[in-house]
Amino acid sequence: MTDGIVAETITMTGNGGDEIEAYLAHPLDGDDRPGVVVLHHMPGYDRATKEIVRTFAVYGYVALMPNLFHRYAPGAKAGDAAAAARDAGGVPDEQCLGDVQGAIEVLRRRPESNGKIGVIGYCSGGRQAFLVACTLDVDAAVDCYGGRANVDLAPELRCPLLGLFGADDQSPSPDDVAAMAKALEANGKTFDFHSYEGAGHAFFSVDRPSYRLDAARDGWKQIWAFYDRHLKGT
Amino acid sequence: MCTYATSTAEVTGSGYRGDEWFPVDRAVVYFDHPQDATLDHALCIDVWGGRERVAVELDAASARRLAETILATLQRDEVTLLI
Repeated sequence: MTDGIVAETITMTGNGGDEIEAYLAHPLDGDDRPGVVVLHHMPGYDRATKEIVRTFAVYGYVALMPNLFHRYAPGAKAGDAAAAARDAGGVPDEQCLGDVQGAIEVLRRRPESNGKIGVIGYCSGGRQAFLVACTLDVDAAVDCYGGRANVDLAPELRCPLLGLFGADDQSPSPDDVAAMAKALEANGKTFDFHSYEGAGHAFFSVDRPSYRLDAARDGWKQIWAFYDRHLKGT
Repeated sequence: MCTYATSTAEVTGSGYRGDEWFPVDRAVVYFDHPQDATLDHALCIDVWGGRERVAVELDAASARRLAETILATLQRDEVTLLI
């Protein structure tokens, strides 16, 4: 085996049969690979989130990020598509779920797939990752500081959930995180939440002032341990 | 945090995209994560005409100064005579 990866833009079938673009990264060879759906943040399908997709491939996962804003400005730059989506009122949850279901099917059809699928989302994508974990069939979910997650969905959670939050964040605030933890606990769900002191929102974003080295380093360790356990069975 | 705080205003006029002008009809104003400005959050304005836009991302103090400057300009005596 090599340590090479392949990363490229593909076209996939999303919600309602719409053709949308998606960013795929996977190891150059090997088999028995889990899949991960990566959900981008509000600024969109951007360079920084593509870097995250490639990082999953480096760690042995087949990662796919659907461009949730593609329909609003096909072929446009990430920033213009994000602005167009906002101008249109944002992405409806049903549309997001349809796109993620399409991404799951692409990953399950991959020849190297081991059949396990994870989802991870950052910022607005964190909220969507939780929604996916409560609605679709995935094997593990990671919510990175997703604000406005619907606590009423806690009884519907279908898979283990890792939550990574900044203690200085205002949405989700520490109270929001505690309320979600309480609801998940009450419903007997498997979850593992980490709140980092000295970090706020978007502490994984290496190209933003919000980046926090210690939180990001430990956060990545938590992600690898969680996904290795639930998706690789190691 | 993602604020999702977005407002839209109807506007009439033209926007300049660096090579030519185009008619604009709406301005989308939000305070959220910027695309480019090195800020956690920014006051962002997208002035749209069809599928083209003119965009700025400003820190909150800059945005407030801009808004006050616009209003002050519109309130000058020689201007109020015309509007």
